[in-house]
Amino acid sequence: MNPGLRILSPGLGLSVQDMGRFGVRHLGVPPSGVLDDYAHRVANWLVGNAATCATLEMTVSGPRIEWLTTADIAVTGAGMGPRLNGSPQRPWASLRVRPGDVLELGLAENGCRGYLALTGGIGVPEVMGSRSTCLGGGLGGLEGRLLVPGDLLPVGQGELLARPRCLPWTPIYPDHHLLRAIAGPHDFLYSFSGGLERFFTTTFTVSPRSDRMGLRLAGDVVERDAGAPTGIVSEPVVPGNVQIPGDGQPILLLKEQTIGGYGCIATVLSADLWRIGQIKLGDTVRFVRVSLEAGQRLGSEWRDFLATTERLLATGR
Amino acid sequence: MGNRDDSTDNRLPPVDFRISGDRALIAVYGDKVDPAVNERVRRLAALIEAARHPAIEAVVPSYTTLAIHYDPDLIDPATLGGLLRELATQAEHTKIPPAALIEIPVCYGGEFGPDLAAVAAYHRLTDDEVIRLHSQSVYRIYAIGFTPGFCYLGGLDSRIHTPRLTTPRLRVPAGSVGIAGGQTGIYPLASPGGWQLIGRTPLPLFDCERTPPVSYRPGDDIRFRPISADTFWRMAGELRQ
Repeated sequence: MNPGLRILSPGLGLSVQDMGRFGVRHLGVPPSGVLDDYAHRVANWLVGNAATCATLEMTVSGPRIEWLTTADIAVTGAGMGPRLNGSPQRPWASLRVRPGDVLELGLAENGCRGYLALTGGIGVPEVMGSRSTCLGGGLGGLEGRLLVPGDLLPVGQGELLARPRCLPWTPIYPDHHLLRAIAGPHDFLYSFSGGLERFFTTTFTVSPRSDRMGLRLAGDVVERDAGAPTGIVSEPVVPGNVQIPGDGQPILLLKEQTIGGYGCIATVLSADLWRIGQIKLGDTVRFVRVSLEAGQRLGSEWRDFLATTERLLATGR
Repeated sequence: MGNRDDSTDNRLPPVDFRISGDRALIAVYGDKVDPAVNERVRRLAALIEAARHPAIEAVVPSYTTLAIHYDPDLIDPATLGGLLRELATQAEHTKIPPAALIEIPVCYGGEFGPDLAAVAAYHRLTDDEVIRLHSQSVYRIYAIGFTPGFCYLGGLDSRIHTPRLTTPRLRVPAGSVGIAGGQTGIYPLASPGGWQLIGRTPLPLFDCERTPPVSYRPGDDIRFRPISADTFWRMAGELRQ
């Protein structure tokens, strides 16, 4: 496959991601994939791709990229002030690039992660059904690693747009995040101590040592019940699980872990997982308790919203 | 379905279900590491997989629990719970294939197991005694995780339980077999690690070009077969071709 772009500088953490790797969790292979799937999907739809195409996930500081082919591209997610050959461009909109063009993205002004989609998607080979980079396993993406200067990336097959597209609204990422969550699976370890109530009323701050594995939160100590164990016999985890380790400071698990040995007090709704991808160091987080029934209704509404957005971008209505 | 035997039901605590977000349930058989408990996990996992229900996206077994990932647009939790309870009841009485026994050839000691002598000295055993104790057990794969293909094994002889290294190595070669406390395991991929390394297998345990990428599953059993350094290099050479 011919290379479509060259990385001149990668910014802070640049990787190839798609919707994730499924069906191999029981073999210890985590799903990986984009952390903000909303911005990733919109980027793909803006250039006429399916949501499953691979994009580049940019973290905090964006890359500089030289184009080797003609393509439609779109930059979404965190506001990184895209410039093409030096002139400012509109994010959340399609943009035609030609060989020799240089795209440059800066520091995120709001949010944490940007997404760059292009016609046909990033064409690295699929590994176990996905192009997502899994850093822990050193697999997927380009050689299982973050991108570095000089990397050449292949592009997939796709057709250029007949007319440009743009999203008629601009998502803005806050500094204070409300994440809706369902209690469990181990909420019963924190019910008598008042830990569960404290968890849902505390404003936590995002601390350093947060990465694609998980967000570490600092705030009031979430107490376990008297006699409740610090650790549990390791069991499967899902993205959005909130672990409470021995120090009572929550860890919000993302998509790079399949099994864990700490009790999980609550689990963020699948409909809110994309928000976590835009939480940055120093932001504050509160968890809002919802029932399973409400959580599933909200999930279904969110999927309807995504389907409506896809249709709007594809047809203009 | 096999013969019903209600006396079995009376002895075994029933399966419990916990909610892990809006797309997964955790089936819980207990909270103690126990081969008999894990066998119930393995049986339920096998029956759920065999049922091939369109709403069930993934089944992930561990020591005493298994996660069932589902599509809430296709099934509601109450219906799913009913279905899973029914399968759990069947699982107690249905014949399923026995756990596979996977044999892993290991060259102990020397450059492959740089900590073998230290482990032996710690227990006042000879190298050969450590090798014998390590290779005579059958280990249950309770779970796979931590890194892709990494097995959480149960069944290490208590006579060779050994603390981790005080300073972890920056790079442990793929295939290394180690001991950490009461656990033993194999590093399927090169990674940093603090386990006492006693040997190495020439088999490539994890290969993403293969489907499936590992040849074992949670609930299978593993046995280590000692091989010589010559055999190690011969096997490694053959596998490379």
